[in-house]
Amino acid sequence: MVNKIWGSFIIIGIIFCIINNKIDVLNKVILESGKTSLDMIIKIFPVMALWLGIMNIALLSGLIDKLAKFLYPILRVVFKDIPKNHESLSYIASNIITNVFGLGNASTPFGLKAMKSLQEINPKKDTASRSMITFLVINTSCITLVPTTVISLRMYHNSSNPNEIILACIIATFISLVGGLIIDYMIGRKYR
Amino acid sequence: MILSNLILPLIVLFTVGYGFLKKIDLYDAFVEGAKESFDMVFTMFPCVLGMILGINLFLESGILNNIMDLLNPLFSFFKIPKEIFPISIMRPISGSASLALLNNIFTNHGPDSLIGRIASVIQGSTETTFYVITLYFGCIGIKKIRYALKVGLLADLIGIIASIVVVNIIF
Repeated sequence: MVNKIWGSFIIIGIIFCIINNKIDVLNKVILESGKTSLDMIIKIFPVMALWLGIMNIALLSGLIDKLAKFLYPILRVVFKDIPKNHESLSYIASNIITNVFGLGNASTPFGLKAMKSLQEINPKKDTASRSMITFLVINTSCITLVPTTVISLRMYHNSSNPNEIILACIIATFISLVGGLIIDYMIGRKYR
Repeated sequence: MILSNLILPLIVLFTVGYGFLKKIDLYDAFVEGAKESFDMVFTMFPCVLGMILGINLFLESGILNNIMDLLNPLFSFFKIPKEIFPISIMRPISGSASLALLNNIFTNHGPDSLIGRIASVIQGSTETTFYVITLYFGCIGIKKIRYALKVGLLADLIGIIASIVVVNIIF
């Protein structure tokens, strides 16, 4: 998917720039993309380092585990198909909490473990189970308390208040999470 | 607005405070965690580079403007700034691509404009649904994903609409 989109962007872009006689712009865009991306990465880097440092404290002190335990009762209601005390619930909880704190690197392994243990209780091994899809919805519309990349990019562009979007982000994700779960529940019921 | 500015300091206070009470090696933990950012930046750079090249070439060709002109009546009917259309389409497909588009929006409109704020919230509140589905289902050998993509994209759509509405209400 990404391969095809990326390829067509470049091919279409170059051909139409030549047709529209924008060859000087074309050269500039190609050569400057390196500088633009390096600038961007350098501006994102410090905030990311800071945040990963703070969050490693949360990980090592057991704070993340503790918060994951609070999620248990809620997850029990959402994932009705998962047997009681099945290990997948604890992986799902850890994945959600690490996502909430913006620990992408730490949350992916939990997510993969969650999927693997959901696969163990999946009757049809090549078909996605209902719990798997619910987990995906939660994973893709999960609340992120501090979107570090966005905030650092806003800083780089001299925003007068880079943090001001945090609350709006939390509200918007919460709405998409609830909406996603409702849609998942309704479609999932039809597929039964 | 005050609440938004309090969230970050409070998380830092709470995390460090909790670690302090648990008597872990706070400073070592921080340094070790911050070190990970090098890996992340190095893996991110090629993706961002590729996407900036692709996106900027595509934007420069002017095709997107033609598509957006066609859709313009629709956007003005719902009072949605059309500039956020590209980032909304790319966000579920590629995080690096939408980050590149966000960078463009900030350059052209500024991060504190209405468009800049909406784009920030879209980038900050939605995920790369396609990537997550490919990664997780690919890893455990699921071939029939059933309604997963449909639900994921609908949730993204709700997130995008919510971003627009919430920014309009809060600011």
